[in-house]
Amino acid sequence: MDKVLMKGNEAIGAAAIKAGCKYFFGYPITPQNELPEFMSRELPKIDGVFVQAESEVAAINMIYGAAGTGARVMTSSSSPGVALKQEGISYIAGAELPCVIVNISRGGPGLGGIQPSQADYFQSTRGGGNGDYRHLVYAPASLQEAVDLTIEAFDVADYYRNPVIVIGDGMIGQMMEPVEFKEPKKRELPNKDWATTGTKGERRPNIINSLALDPAELEKHNIKLDKKYKEIEKNEVRYEMYKMDKAEVVMVAYGTTARIVKNAIDALREEGINAGLIRPITLWPFPNKAFNEIPDTAKALLSVEMSMGQMIDDVKIANEGRLPVHFYGRAGGMIPTPEAIMDKVKEIIGGGK
Amino acid sequence: MATEKIIMAGFGGQGVMSMGQLLTYAGMIENKQVSWLPSYGPEMRGGTANCSVIVSDTPVGSPIITEDATAAIVMNLPSLTKFEGNLKSGGNIIINSSLIEKKASRTDVNAYYVPANEIANEIGNNKVANMIMLGAYLELTKVVSIDTVVEALKKVFGPSKQDLVPLNKEALERGANSVR
Repeated sequence: MDKVLMKGNEAIGAAAIKAGCKYFFGYPITPQNELPEFMSRELPKIDGVFVQAESEVAAINMIYGAAGTGARVMTSSSSPGVALKQEGISYIAGAELPCVIVNISRGGPGLGGIQPSQADYFQSTRGGGNGDYRHLVYAPASLQEAVDLTIEAFDVADYYRNPVIVIGDGMIGQMMEPVEFKEPKKRELPNKDWATTGTKGERRPNIINSLALDPAELEKHNIKLDKKYKEIEKNEVRYEMYKMDKAEVVMVAYGTTARIVKNAIDALREEGINAGLIRPITLWPFPNKAFNEIPDTAKALLSVEMSMGQMIDDVKIANEGRLPVHFYGRAGGMIPTPEAIMDKVKEIIGGGK
Repeated sequence: MATEKIIMAGFGGQGVMSMGQLLTYAGMIENKQVSWLPSYGPEMRGGTANCSVIVSDTPVGSPIITEDATAAIVMNLPSLTKFEGNLKSGGNIIINSSLIEKKASRTDVNAYYVPANEIANEIGNNKVANMIMLGAYLELTKVVSIDTVVEALKKVFGPSKQDLVPLNKEALERGANSVR
Protein backbone atom coordinates (compact mmCIF):
# COMPACT_ATOMS: atom_id res chain seq x y z
CA MET A 1 0.00 0.00 0.00
CA ASP A 2 1.08 3.57 -0.69
CA LYS A 3 2.39 5.89 1.92
CA VAL A 4 0.07 8.66 3.04
CA LEU A 5 0.93 11.86 4.88
CA MET A 6 -1.07 12.04 8.09
CA LYS A 7 -1.18 13.83 11.41
CA GLY A 8 -0.29 11.50 14.29
CA ASN A 9 -3.68 11.65 16.00
CA GLU A 10 -5.45 10.81 12.76
CA ALA A 11 -2.99 8.07 11.88
CA ILE A 12 -3.63 6.37 15.24
CA GLY A 13 -7.38 6.56 14.57
CA ALA A 14 -6.97 5.11 11.08
CA ALA A 15 -4.77 2.34 12.51
CA ALA A 16 -7.45 1.45 15.05
CA ILE A 17 -10.08 1.20 12.33
CA LYS A 18 -7.70 -0.90 10.25
CA ALA A 19 -7.39 -3.21 13.28
CA GLY A 20 -11.15 -3.65 13.38
CA CYS A 21 -12.04 -1.13 16.07
CA LYS A 22 -15.64 -0.06 15.49
CA TYR A 23 -16.50 1.59 18.78
CA PHE A 24 -14.92 4.68 20.27
CA PHE A 25 -15.84 6.51 23.45
CA GLY A 26 -14.04 9.65 24.45
CA TYR A 27 -14.07 13.16 25.78
CA PRO A 28 -12.19 16.10 24.23
CA ILE A 29 -8.82 17.30 25.50
CA THR A 30 -5.80 18.88 23.83
CA PRO A 31 -3.47 17.64 22.29
CA GLN A 32 -5.39 14.57 21.15
CA ASN A 33 -8.57 16.12 19.77
CA GLU A 34 -7.95 15.17 16.15
CA LEU A 35 -8.20 11.50 17.16
CA PRO A 36 -11.83 11.55 18.39
CA GLU A 37 -12.63 14.02 15.62
CA PHE A 38 -11.33 11.52 13.08
CA MET A 39 -13.26 8.67 14.68
CA SER A 40 -16.47 10.71 14.77
CA ARG A 41 -16.13 11.20 11.02
CA GLU A 42 -14.94 7.74 10.02
CA LEU A 43 -16.72 5.27 12.34
CA PRO A 44 -20.27 5.97 11.10
CA LYS A 45 -19.05 5.14 7.57
CA ILE A 46 -18.31 1.56 8.62
CA ASP A 47 -21.42 1.08 10.78
CA GLY A 48 -19.39 1.77 13.87
CA VAL A 49 -20.28 3.99 16.80
CA PHE A 50 -18.63 7.14 18.09
CA VAL A 51 -19.84 8.50 21.40
CA GLN A 52 -18.66 11.72 22.95
CA ALA A 53 -19.27 10.89 26.58
CA GLU A 54 -20.13 13.41 29.27
CA SER A 55 -16.75 12.85 30.94
CA GLU A 56 -13.61 10.71 30.84
CA VAL A 57 -15.04 8.57 33.65
CA ALA A 58 -18.15 7.89 31.61
CA ALA A 59 -16.07 7.12 28.51
CA ILE A 60 -13.88 4.51 30.19
CA ASN A 61 -16.95 2.84 31.69
CA MET A 62 -18.55 2.75 28.23
CA ILE A 63 -15.35 1.03 27.13
CA TYR A 64 -15.78 -1.41 30.02
CA GLY A 65 -19.28 -2.25 28.88
CA ALA A 66 -18.53 -2.43 25.16
CA ALA A 67 -15.39 -4.50 25.70
CA GLY A 68 -17.53 -6.95 27.67
CA THR A 69 -19.39 -7.78 24.47
CA GLY A 70 -16.13 -8.81 22.84
CA ALA A 71 -16.03 -5.86 20.43
CA ARG A 72 -12.80 -4.05 19.61
CA VAL A 73 -13.01 -0.75 21.45
CA MET A 74 -10.81 2.26 22.04
CA THR A 75 -10.72 5.46 24.02
CA SER A 76 -8.18 8.25 23.94
CA SER A 77 -7.33 11.19 26.12
CA SER A 78 -4.44 13.22 27.45
CA SER A 79 -2.74 13.11 30.83
CA PRO A 80 -5.31 14.57 33.27
CA GLY A 81 -8.07 12.84 31.30
CA VAL A 82 -6.25 9.52 31.53
CA ALA A 83 -5.90 10.13 35.27
CA LEU A 84 -9.70 10.21 35.45
CA LYS A 85 -9.88 6.88 33.61
CA GLN A 86 -7.68 5.01 36.06
CA GLU A 87 -10.49 3.54 38.13
CA GLY A 88 -12.09 2.14 34.98
CA ILE A 89 -8.79 0.74 33.76
CA SER A 90 -8.36 -1.12 37.05
CA TYR A 91 -11.89 -2.58 36.73
CA ILE A 92 -11.23 -3.59 33.10
CA ALA A 93 -7.96 -5.27 34.08
CA GLY A 94 -9.74 -6.99 36.97
CA ALA A 95 -12.56 -8.20 34.75
CA GLU A 96 -9.97 -9.24 32.13
CA LEU A 97 -11.35 -7.33 29.17
CA PRO A 98 -9.41 -6.27 26.09
CA CYS A 99 -9.31 -2.60 25.05
CA VAL A 100 -6.88 0.00 23.78
CA ILE A 101 -6.35 3.31 25.57
CA VAL A 102 -4.39 6.08 23.89
CA ASN A 103 -2.67 8.77 25.95
CA ILE A 104 -1.31 11.72 23.97
CA SER A 105 0.33 13.17 27.00
CA ARG A 106 0.98 16.73 28.16
CA GLY A 107 2.69 18.45 31.04
CA GLY A 108 1.41 18.05 34.60
CA PRO A 109 0.65 17.66 37.45
CA GLY A 110 -2.99 18.67 37.64
CA LEU A 111 -4.31 20.34 34.53
CA GLY A 112 -0.73 21.21 33.67
CA GLY A 113 -0.10 22.49 30.15
CA ILE A 114 -0.71 21.25 26.64
CA GLN A 115 2.83 20.92 25.30
CA PRO A 116 4.67 17.57 24.89
CA SER A 117 5.69 15.79 28.08
CA GLN A 118 6.55 12.33 29.36
CA ALA A 119 5.47 12.90 32.92
CA ASP A 120 2.92 10.06 32.77
CA TYR A 121 5.54 7.32 32.99
CA PHE A 122 4.56 6.40 36.54
CA GLN A 123 0.86 6.67 35.72
CA SER A 124 1.30 4.32 32.75
CA THR A 125 3.67 1.77 34.19
CA ARG A 126 2.72 1.72 37.88
CA GLY A 127 -0.98 2.04 37.30
CA GLY A 128 -3.02 4.91 38.67
CA GLY A 129 -5.78 2.50 39.62
CA ASN A 130 -6.03 0.23 42.63
CA GLY A 131 -5.09 -3.38 43.03
CA ASP A 132 -2.55 -5.82 41.67
CA TYR A 133 -2.79 -5.19 37.96
CA ARG A 134 -0.55 -4.49 34.99
CA HIS A 135 -1.02 -3.50 31.40
CA LEU A 136 1.21 -3.32 28.40
CA VAL A 137 2.42 0.18 27.47
CA TYR A 138 3.59 0.90 23.93
CA ALA A 139 5.61 4.09 23.40
CA PRO A 140 6.04 4.78 19.67
CA ALA A 141 8.75 7.20 18.50
CA SER A 142 7.47 7.79 14.98
CA LEU A 143 4.10 7.88 13.31
CA GLN A 144 4.80 4.66 11.43
CA GLU A 145 5.56 2.97 14.72
CA ALA A 146 2.42 4.53 16.26
CA VAL A 147 0.36 2.98 13.46
CA ASP A 148 2.04 -0.42 13.69
CA LEU A 149 1.80 -0.60 17.48
CA THR A 150 -1.83 0.59 17.57
CA ILE A 151 -2.81 -2.17 15.16
CA GLU A 152 -0.86 -4.70 17.16
CA ALA A 153 -2.26 -3.39 20.47
CA PHE A 154 -5.72 -4.70 19.56
CA ASP A 155 -4.37 -8.20 18.93
CA VAL A 156 -2.31 -8.16 22.11
CA ALA A 157 -5.30 -6.91 24.12
CA ASP A 158 -7.46 -9.72 22.74
CA TYR A 159 -4.76 -12.33 23.21
CA TYR A 160 -4.21 -11.57 26.89
CA ARG A 161 -7.70 -10.20 27.64
CA ASN A 162 -6.07 -7.10 29.07
CA PRO A 163 -6.09 -3.33 28.47
CA VAL A 164 -3.18 -1.98 26.42
CA ILE A 165 -1.96 1.61 26.56
CA VAL A 166 -0.43 3.43 23.62
CA ILE A 167 1.37 6.52 24.88
CA GLY A 168 2.74 9.33 22.76
CA ASP A 169 3.35 12.94 23.63
CA GLY A 170 1.78 15.96 21.97
CA MET A 171 4.49 15.88 19.33
CA ILE A 172 3.42 12.41 18.16
CA GLY A 173 -0.18 13.60 18.12
CA GLN A 174 0.41 16.84 16.24
CA MET A 175 3.18 16.12 13.76
CA MET A 176 2.77 14.77 10.23
CA GLU A 177 4.84 11.98 8.75
CA PRO A 178 4.26 9.50 5.94
CA VAL A 179 2.67 6.27 7.14
CA GLU A 180 1.82 2.97 5.57
CA PHE A 181 -0.94 0.68 6.82
CA LYS A 182 0.59 -2.77 6.65
CA GLU A 183 -1.07 -6.06 7.50
CA PRO A 184 0.09 -7.02 11.00
CA LYS A 185 1.66 -10.38 11.59
CA LYS A 186 -1.11 -12.77 12.52
CA ARG A 187 -1.53 -13.99 16.08
CA GLU A 188 -3.61 -17.03 16.92
CA LEU A 189 -6.35 -15.42 18.96
CA PRO A 190 -8.55 -17.39 21.33
CA ASN A 191 -12.34 -17.35 20.86
CA LYS A 192 -14.14 -14.76 22.92
CA ASP A 193 -16.34 -17.35 24.63
CA TRP A 194 -16.42 -15.12 27.73
CA ALA A 195 -18.22 -12.23 26.00
CA THR A 196 -21.72 -11.18 27.00
CA THR A 197 -23.38 -11.71 23.65
CA GLY A 198 -26.67 -13.24 24.80
CA THR A 199 -27.17 -16.86 25.82
CA LYS A 200 -30.02 -17.55 23.39
CA GLY A 201 -31.08 -20.03 26.06
CA GLU A 202 -28.26 -22.32 25.03
CA ARG A 203 -25.55 -21.66 27.58
CA ARG A 204 -25.07 -20.30 31.06
CA PRO A 205 -24.77 -16.51 31.24
CA ASN A 206 -21.32 -14.96 31.00
CA ILE A 207 -20.68 -12.52 33.79
CA ILE A 208 -18.31 -9.55 33.60
CA ASN A 209 -17.25 -8.61 37.09
CA SER A 210 -14.34 -7.40 39.17
CA LEU A 211 -15.87 -7.95 42.61
CA ALA A 212 -14.77 -10.99 44.62
CA LEU A 213 -15.66 -10.88 48.31
CA ASP A 214 -14.18 -14.25 49.17
CA PRO A 215 -10.48 -13.63 49.85
CA ALA A 216 -9.50 -17.15 48.82
CA GLU A 217 -11.31 -16.69 45.49
CA LEU A 218 -9.75 -13.26 44.98
CA GLU A 219 -6.27 -14.56 45.74
CA LYS A 220 -6.80 -17.27 43.15
CA HIS A 221 -7.78 -14.56 40.69
CA ASN A 222 -4.70 -12.49 41.63
CA ILE A 223 -2.46 -15.49 41.04
CA LYS A 224 -4.08 -16.12 37.68
CA LEU A 225 -3.60 -12.48 36.68
CA ASP A 226 -0.01 -12.55 37.85
CA LYS A 227 0.68 -15.59 35.71
CA LYS A 228 -0.68 -13.69 32.73
CA TYR A 229 1.49 -10.64 33.50
CA LYS A 230 4.59 -12.85 33.75
CA GLU A 231 3.65 -14.29 30.36
CA ILE A 232 3.45 -10.75 28.94
CA GLU A 233 6.83 -9.92 30.50
CA LYS A 234 8.30 -12.98 28.84
CA ASN A 235 6.79 -12.52 25.38
CA GLU A 236 6.04 -8.90 24.67
CA VAL A 237 9.14 -6.87 25.58
CA ARG A 238 10.22 -4.57 22.74
CA TYR A 239 13.21 -2.31 22.47
CA GLU A 240 15.71 -0.88 20.03
CA MET A 241 19.46 -0.62 20.50
CA TYR A 242 21.07 2.27 18.61
CA LYS A 243 24.82 2.64 17.92
CA MET A 244 25.95 0.64 20.94
CA ASP A 245 29.31 -0.17 19.35
CA LYS A 246 32.08 0.91 21.79
CA ALA A 247 29.60 3.17 23.57
CA GLU A 248 31.05 4.92 26.64
CA VAL A 249 27.77 6.43 27.70
CA VAL A 250 24.56 4.50 27.10
CA MET A 251 21.48 6.66 27.08
CA VAL A 252 17.99 5.38 27.77
CA ALA A 253 15.11 7.28 26.20
CA TYR A 254 11.73 6.50 24.68
CA GLY A 255 9.22 8.10 22.33
CA THR A 256 10.09 11.41 20.70
CA THR A 257 12.87 12.02 23.23
CA ALA A 258 14.67 9.00 21.77
CA ARG A 259 14.73 10.72 18.39
CA ILE A 260 16.37 13.79 19.89
CA VAL A 261 18.87 11.53 21.67
CA LYS A 262 19.69 9.83 18.36
CA ASN A 263 20.54 13.23 16.86
CA ALA A 264 22.79 13.88 19.86
CA ILE A 265 24.47 10.48 19.48
CA ASP A 266 25.16 11.07 15.78
CA ALA A 267 26.69 14.46 16.53
CA LEU A 268 28.73 13.09 19.46
CA ARG A 269 30.13 10.30 17.31
CA GLU A 270 31.17 12.88 14.71
CA GLU A 271 33.19 14.49 17.49
CA GLY A 272 34.73 11.12 18.34
CA ILE A 273 32.64 10.48 21.46
CA ASN A 274 30.98 7.08 21.43
CA ALA A 275 27.48 7.07 22.85
CA GLY A 276 24.60 4.69 22.33
CA LEU A 277 20.90 4.33 23.09
CA ILE A 278 18.56 1.78 24.56
CA ARG A 279 15.06 2.74 23.42
CA PRO A 280 12.27 0.96 25.30
CA ILE A 281 9.35 0.47 22.92
CA THR A 282 7.36 -1.21 25.68
CA LEU A 283 7.57 0.81 28.91
CA TRP A 284 5.90 -2.09 30.67
CA PRO A 285 7.22 -4.68 30.41
CA PHE A 286 10.49 -2.74 30.67
CA PRO A 287 13.32 -4.14 28.53
CA ASN A 288 15.54 -5.27 31.39
CA LYS A 289 17.35 -7.74 29.17
CA ALA A 290 18.62 -4.94 26.91
CA PHE A 291 20.90 -3.92 29.78
CA ASN A 292 22.69 -7.26 29.54
CA GLU A 293 23.75 -6.35 26.00
CA ILE A 294 25.56 -3.17 27.01
CA PRO A 295 29.18 -3.32 25.79
CA ASP A 296 32.12 -3.41 28.25
CA THR A 297 33.22 0.04 27.08
CA ALA A 298 30.23 1.60 28.86
CA LYS A 299 31.12 3.79 31.84
CA ALA A 300 27.71 5.21 32.65
CA LEU A 301 24.03 5.21 31.89
CA LEU A 302 22.04 8.38 31.20
CA SER A 303 18.26 8.42 31.39
CA VAL A 304 16.88 11.21 29.20
CA GLU A 305 13.25 12.11 29.69
CA MET A 306 10.71 14.86 29.29
CA SER A 307 9.97 14.70 33.01
CA MET A 308 11.85 15.28 36.24
CA GLY A 309 13.00 11.65 36.17
CA GLN A 310 10.49 8.81 36.30
CA MET A 311 11.92 6.10 34.04
CA ILE A 312 15.20 6.44 35.92
CA ASP A 313 13.81 4.05 38.57
CA ASP A 314 13.34 1.30 35.98
CA VAL A 315 16.76 2.05 34.51
CA LYS A 316 18.29 1.55 37.97
CA ILE A 317 16.37 -1.70 38.46
CA ALA A 318 17.50 -3.02 35.07
CA ASN A 319 21.07 -1.85 35.67
CA GLU A 320 21.30 -3.87 38.90
CA GLY A 321 23.95 -1.55 40.28
CA ARG A 322 26.44 -2.23 37.51
CA LEU A 323 26.99 1.30 36.20
CA PRO A 324 26.44 4.80 37.61
CA VAL A 325 23.07 6.16 36.46
CA HIS A 326 22.72 9.81 35.49
CA PHE A 327 19.69 11.83 34.51
CA TYR A 328 18.89 14.65 32.13
CA GLY A 329 15.38 15.93 31.66
CA ARG A 330 13.21 18.84 30.71
CA ALA A 331 9.70 19.20 32.03
CA GLY A 332 6.47 21.11 31.72
CA GLY A 333 6.37 20.98 27.94
CA MET A 334 9.97 22.10 27.40
CA ILE A 335 11.84 19.87 24.98
CA PRO A 336 15.47 18.83 25.43
CA THR A 337 17.86 19.95 22.71
CA PRO A 338 20.48 17.63 21.23
CA GLU A 339 23.13 20.19 22.28
CA ALA A 340 22.12 20.04 25.96
CA ILE A 341 22.14 16.23 25.88
CA MET A 342 25.61 16.31 24.29
CA ASP A 343 26.85 18.64 27.02
CA LYS A 344 25.52 16.26 29.67
CA VAL A 345 27.31 13.30 28.05
CA LYS A 346 30.55 15.30 27.91
CA GLU A 347 30.15 16.27 31.55
CA ILE A 348 29.73 12.59 32.49
CA ILE A 349 32.76 11.51 30.48
CA GLY A 350 34.84 14.41 31.73
CA GLY A 351 34.18 13.31 35.30
CA GLY A 352 34.18 15.93 38.03
CA LYS A 353 34.40 19.01 35.81
CA MET B 1 20.67 17.91 -0.66
CA ALA B 2 21.42 16.05 2.54
CA THR B 3 18.95 17.39 5.08
CA GLU B 4 16.92 20.57 4.77
CA LYS B 5 15.46 21.94 7.97
CA ILE B 6 13.02 24.73 7.30
CA ILE B 7 11.19 26.96 9.73
CA MET B 8 8.12 28.64 8.26
CA ALA B 9 6.45 31.40 10.24
CA GLY B 10 3.92 34.17 9.96
CA PHE B 11 0.62 35.22 11.40
CA GLY B 12 -2.48 33.05 11.35
CA GLY B 13 -4.14 33.10 7.93
CA GLN B 14 -1.00 33.61 5.86
CA GLY B 15 -0.96 29.95 4.93
CA VAL B 16 2.18 29.05 6.84
CA MET B 17 0.92 25.62 7.93
CA SER B 18 -0.36 24.64 4.50
CA MET B 19 2.86 25.86 2.85
CA GLY B 20 4.74 23.50 5.17
CA GLN B 21 2.39 20.61 4.53
CA LEU B 22 2.72 21.07 0.77
CA LEU B 23 6.49 20.93 0.92
CA THR B 24 6.26 17.85 3.15
CA TYR B 25 3.81 16.20 0.80
CA ALA B 26 6.00 17.00 -2.22
CA GLY B 27 9.03 15.56 -0.44
CA MET B 28 7.11 12.36 0.21
CA ILE B 29 6.10 12.15 -3.46
CA GLU B 30 9.78 12.44 -4.40
CA ASN B 31 10.54 9.54 -2.02
CA LYS B 32 12.41 11.66 0.47
CA GLN B 33 12.16 11.32 4.25
CA VAL B 34 9.93 14.03 5.67
CA SER B 35 8.38 15.38 8.84
CA TRP B 36 6.09 18.33 9.60
CA LEU B 37 5.77 19.66 13.12
CA PRO B 38 3.37 22.51 13.92
CA SER B 39 3.44 24.86 16.83
CA TYR B 40 0.26 24.23 18.71
CA GLY B 41 -1.21 26.04 21.62
CA PRO B 42 -3.66 28.65 22.68
CA GLU B 43 -3.20 31.26 19.95
CA MET B 44 -5.27 34.36 19.49
CA ARG B 45 -6.72 35.27 16.13
CA GLY B 46 -4.07 37.02 14.11
CA GLY B 47 -1.41 35.55 16.41
CA THR B 48 1.69 33.80 15.21
CA ALA B 49 1.85 30.40 13.58
CA ASN B 50 4.88 28.37 12.67
CA CYS B 51 5.89 24.92 11.58
CA SER B 52 9.10 22.98 11.16
CA VAL B 53 9.61 20.91 8.04
CA ILE B 54 12.43 18.44 7.49
CA VAL B 55 13.15 16.98 4.07
CA SER B 56 16.04 14.58 3.94
CA ASP B 57 17.72 11.82 1.97
CA THR B 58 18.19 9.90 5.21
CA PRO B 59 15.64 9.04 7.94
CA VAL B 60 14.51 12.06 9.95
CA GLY B 61 15.75 12.06 13.54
CA SER B 62 14.14 14.63 15.77
CA PRO B 63 11.38 16.59 14.00
CA ILE B 64 12.36 19.62 16.07
CA ILE B 65 14.56 22.33 14.63
CA THR B 66 16.71 24.07 17.21
CA GLU B 67 19.62 26.24 16.10
CA ASP B 68 20.30 24.13 13.05
CA ALA B 69 17.73 25.43 10.57
CA THR B 70 19.05 25.46 7.01
CA ALA B 71 16.31 27.88 6.01
CA ALA B 72 13.67 30.16 7.44
CA ILE B 73 10.70 31.57 5.55
CA VAL B 74 9.34 34.52 7.50
CA MET B 75 6.07 36.16 6.52
CA ASN B 76 5.87 38.88 9.19
CA LEU B 77 8.11 40.92 11.49
CA PRO B 78 7.63 38.95 14.75
CA SER B 79 8.68 35.82 12.87
CA LEU B 80 11.90 37.43 11.66
CA THR B 81 12.74 38.52 15.19
CA LYS B 82 11.86 35.14 16.66
CA PHE B 83 13.48 32.76 14.21
CA GLU B 84 16.50 34.50 12.69
CA GLY B 85 18.57 33.08 15.54
CA ASN B 86 17.59 29.50 14.69
CA LEU B 87 19.47 29.58 11.38
CA LYS B 88 22.79 27.91 11.16
CA SER B 89 25.63 29.83 9.62
CA GLY B 90 25.29 29.89 5.83
CA GLY B 91 21.54 29.24 5.98
CA ASN B 92 18.93 30.96 3.83
CA ILE B 93 16.39 33.39 5.18
CA ILE B 94 13.57 34.47 2.91
CA ILE B 95 11.88 37.59 4.14
CA ASN B 96 8.47 38.85 3.03
CA SER B 97 9.54 42.42 2.26
CA SER B 98 5.94 43.46 1.57
CA LEU B 99 5.27 43.35 5.30
CA ILE B 100 8.76 43.48 6.83
CA GLU B 101 10.74 46.65 6.44
CA LYS B 102 13.58 45.48 8.63
CA LYS B 103 16.62 43.73 7.17
CA ALA B 104 18.14 40.56 8.52
CA SER B 105 20.52 41.45 11.34
CA ARG B 106 22.84 38.46 10.85
CA THR B 107 25.63 38.69 8.32
CA ASP B 108 26.53 34.99 8.27
CA VAL B 109 23.29 33.96 6.55
CA ASN B 110 21.97 34.56 3.04
CA ALA B 111 19.01 36.91 3.15
CA TYR B 112 16.55 37.21 0.28
CA TYR B 113 13.84 39.84 0.17
CA VAL B 114 10.68 38.82 -1.65
CA PRO B 115 7.74 41.25 -1.91
CA ALA B 116 5.34 38.32 -1.67
CA ASN B 117 2.10 40.22 -1.10
CA GLU B 118 2.82 42.66 -3.94
CA ILE B 119 3.56 39.84 -6.37
CA ALA B 120 0.49 37.97 -5.18
CA ASN B 121 -1.66 41.04 -5.79
CA GLU B 122 -0.15 41.42 -9.26
CA ILE B 123 -1.33 37.96 -10.21
CA GLY B 124 -4.70 38.66 -8.71
CA ASN B 125 -4.93 36.96 -5.31
CA ASN B 126 -3.34 38.12 -2.08
CA LYS B 127 -3.83 34.65 -0.55
CA VAL B 128 -1.05 33.06 -2.61
CA ALA B 129 1.72 35.07 -0.94
CA ASN B 130 2.74 31.85 0.79
CA MET B 131 3.22 30.11 -2.58
CA ILE B 132 5.38 33.02 -3.76
CA MET B 133 7.62 32.48 -0.71
CA LEU B 134 7.70 28.72 -1.24
CA GLY B 135 8.58 29.21 -4.92
CA ALA B 136 11.51 31.44 -3.92
CA TYR B 137 12.71 28.86 -1.42
CA LEU B 138 12.52 26.02 -3.95
CA GLU B 139 14.45 28.05 -6.53
CA LEU B 140 17.24 28.61 -4.00
CA THR B 141 17.49 25.07 -2.69
CA LYS B 142 15.90 22.75 -5.28
CA VAL B 143 14.72 20.51 -2.44
CA VAL B 144 11.81 19.36 -4.58
CA SER B 145 10.69 20.49 -8.01
CA ILE B 146 7.87 22.99 -8.49
CA ASP B 147 6.13 20.34 -10.61
CA THR B 148 5.98 18.02 -7.63
CA VAL B 149 4.51 20.75 -5.43
CA VAL B 150 1.87 21.30 -8.10
CA GLU B 151 1.18 17.56 -8.08
CA ALA B 152 0.81 17.70 -4.30
CA LEU B 153 -1.49 20.72 -4.63
CA LYS B 154 -3.78 18.80 -6.97
CA LYS B 155 -4.10 16.05 -4.37
CA VAL B 156 -4.61 18.42 -1.45
CA PHE B 157 -7.20 20.55 -3.27
CA GLY B 158 -9.25 17.54 -4.41
CA PRO B 159 -11.49 17.46 -7.49
CA SER B 160 -13.65 20.45 -6.51
CA LYS B 161 -10.83 22.98 -6.36
CA GLN B 162 -8.71 22.06 -9.38
CA ASP B 163 -9.40 25.53 -10.82
CA LEU B 164 -7.10 26.98 -8.15
CA VAL B 165 -4.09 25.00 -9.35
CA PRO B 166 -3.00 27.32 -12.22
CA LEU B 167 -3.00 30.39 -9.92
CA ASN B 168 -0.88 28.59 -7.33
CA LYS B 169 1.48 27.31 -10.00
CA GLU B 170 1.94 30.82 -11.33
CA ALA B 171 2.62 32.01 -7.78
CA LEU B 172 5.30 29.36 -7.27
CA GLU B 173 6.94 30.36 -10.55
CA ARG B 174 6.79 34.08 -9.84
CA GLY B 175 8.35 33.41 -6.46
CA ALA B 176 11.11 31.42 -8.10
CA ASN B 177 11.73 34.23 -10.61
CA SER B 178 12.01 36.78 -7.84
CA VAL B 179 15.26 35.29 -6.53
CA ARG B 180 16.72 34.10 -9.84
